[in-house]
Amino acid sequence: MSSPIATWSAEGQERAQQLLALYPDKRSAVMPLLYVASLEHGHVTNEGMQQVAELIGVTATQVRSVATFYTMYKHEPVGRYLVSVCTSISCHLLGGDEVLDAACGAAGVEVGGTSEDDLVTVERVECIGACGGAPAVQVNYELIEGVTDIKAIDLIDWLRNTTPEVVLADELQQLFGGQKSFDWGVPEPDGAIAPVPAFGPYGSAEEGR
Amino acid sequence: MTDPILTARMEANRTDSNTIDRYLETGGYEVLKNALASMTPEQIAEEVKASNMRGRGGAGFPMGVKWGFLADSDPKYLVINGDESEPGTFKDRQLLERDPHQLIEGIVLASYALGVNRAFIYIRGEYPKPARRVQRAIDEAYEKGFLGDDILRSGFSLEVSVHLGGGAYICGEETALLNSLEGRRGEPRLKPPFPAVEGLYARPTIVNNVESISNVPWIVANGGTSYAAIGPERSAGTRMFSLSGHVNKPGNYEIVMGMTWRDLIYDVAGGIRDDRALKTWIPGGASAPWLVPEHLDAPLTIDDATTLGTMLGSGAVVVMDETTDVVKAAHSIVRFFAHESCGQCTPCREGTKWLQDILERILRGEGREKDIDLLLDVSDNISPGLTWPPAMTTICPLGPSATAPILSITRYFLDEVKAYIPVSEVAGV
Ligand SMILES: Cc1cc2nc3c(=O)[nH]c(=O)nc-3n(C[C@H](O)[C@H](O)[C@H](O)COP(=O)(O)O)c2cc1C
Ligand code: SF4
Ligand code: FES
Repeated sequence: MSSPIATWSAEGQERAQQLLALYPDKRSAVMPLLYVASLEHGHVTNEGMQQVAELIGVTATQVRSVATFYTMYKHEPVGRYLVSVCTSISCHLLGGDEVLDAACGAAGVEVGGTSEDDLVTVERVECIGACGGAPAVQVNYELIEGVTDIKAIDLIDWLRNTTPEVVLADELQQLFGGQKSFDWGVPEPDGAIAPVPAFGPYGSAEEGR
Repeated sequence: MTDPILTARMEANRTDSNTIDRYLETGGYEVLKNALASMTPEQIAEEVKASNMRGRGGAGFPMGVKWGFLADSDPKYLVINGDESEPGTFKDRQLLERDPHQLIEGIVLASYALGVNRAFIYIRGEYPKPARRVQRAIDEAYEKGFLGDDILRSGFSLEVSVHLGGGAYICGEETALLNSLEGRRGEPRLKPPFPAVEGLYARPTIVNNVESISNVPWIVANGGTSYAAIGPERSAGTRMFSLSGHVNKPGNYEIVMGMTWRDLIYDVAGGIRDDRALKTWIPGGASAPWLVPEHLDAPLTIDDATTLGTMLGSGAVVVMDETTDVVKAAHSIVRFFAHESCGQCTPCREGTKWLQDILERILRGEGREKDIDLLLDVSDNISPGLTWPPAMTTICPLGPSATAPILSITRYFLDEVKAYIPVSEVAGV
């Protein structure tokens, strides 16, 4: 029988094997595997859930029940850049709702919508742990702190015009951020290559790669 | 003033406190070397018990006592809770990003004390950068022989890995976190059994917060009694507070408990922006009932907070000035809980949605006077008697938490809620 993930990229297959070996029980790999499947298919698809199910030896229904529980697994296509705006209490107090409106306006979408060029999706999220640098925004889960409504418009325009290969938090912070929760220390070399959290050897990339 | 414990290295080394070179140069992993060479696991557990450190994840349970409950049957696990999602809280992110080796050294010491050979660090999905930093530090620690087989030729072995969450606040609750780590929906389990007896893969498991475990190297190096001597007796040690909202200097501050709220808000956090007046503040994350200026001189301790009908919770202090619309602020918090309810318990699933809907109706100017009673009735249904600490009819405390903002605005700012109700809707008019 051929591997359920024979159609995945070599990197994706290798990462899947690592993940299956990482845990005392294969089932624990379901969440990281769903991220890999999202990278392979663009979002969480029926085919992706089926493949993950076969890899760990559970039913596709069981995988779906996990995949629908968590907000970061996207079951519909999203833009190349997922812009997540926090409106939880600390951000709300300092203008998060205005940042969300501005970002939606610049992208020409309602909350949760994707721009016509398929580049930008704007979503509302709850606290992303950057409350000291409110209002906070993430692009493909890379953080920008101290964003204003005007900077949010600049950010959306910049993403659509420059279409960066790798989204780097330090670069975005420099261009569109302000007050931070704390000193970030050394610039972070890795960034995101897709609207999936950039973690692990597959899914993140160093600048310039 | 006591020297900082958790943030000393990152304050002194602003750029590279996260690297192994800097960690080693500033005395890192020395405690581990000494402990593995000359201390028994029991001795380490004794020091942690003597420290009186109470868990920093929210519940405030003494760490050494919890460790004592771990059932003695192999394999057992240590799981670090880095899910940090309580609105207002961003302290663990700083500890993960800026000093990951301090956490890892704490994990090795704790695992040795507990007889654990496999540990997991659960980091929320929205924290890919902290997760990368921790993974890099884990890789470095393996390379130097601080993790893996036969650590520093002590015969003790430990494997550690990072597990990234998927975006769900409820996974911060320890049993939901264990379900999530097992590859299931992040739904809290009924307790008992407690994780110390039946946790990950139904094996004995200790779950501790990132900040809790980051204190372990200092406690083992300096002795539990030195730690216990810092600050008030039942709130020993230093603690990270996340200050946000309308303060001049938002940020994380490592302080000794026992100072007053006035000290914290006006000295440490630089007072209210634009010299405005303080209106109210949330003392311990979105789940905590709010305090008002008459409480400014109360001391910041776990027990004093309980006396005032609230809690220090996750250490998140959200400050609101006189310009704040408290009804909108309460709505933001209630919406959060409605969004994050896992849906297992009807009072929580339905009640949080109701609270959100009623507040939205009031904010649209379509409220009726009886909506205020309705808010309290629904709250009472989620948390019977509206007592403190809340009575629980739900599997976990998330449901009752959603009532905190409702109780706060109806207790202190009833006029402002009423001001949203159109005159024609007020009884008797
Ligand atoms: C709804 C809910 C959310 C929680 N979120 C967190 C969290 O993000 N991080 C955390 O360490 N503890 C959180 N806790 C507390 C944990 O259940 C648990 O008490 C804690 O991780 C134990 O660690 P400690 O004893 O070191 O504090 C949460 C609890 C509840 C009920
Ligand atoms: S109280 Fe709410 S979040 Fe907690 S278990 Fe019940 S439904 Fe889930
Ligand atoms: S409230 Fe927005 S990042 Fe915490």
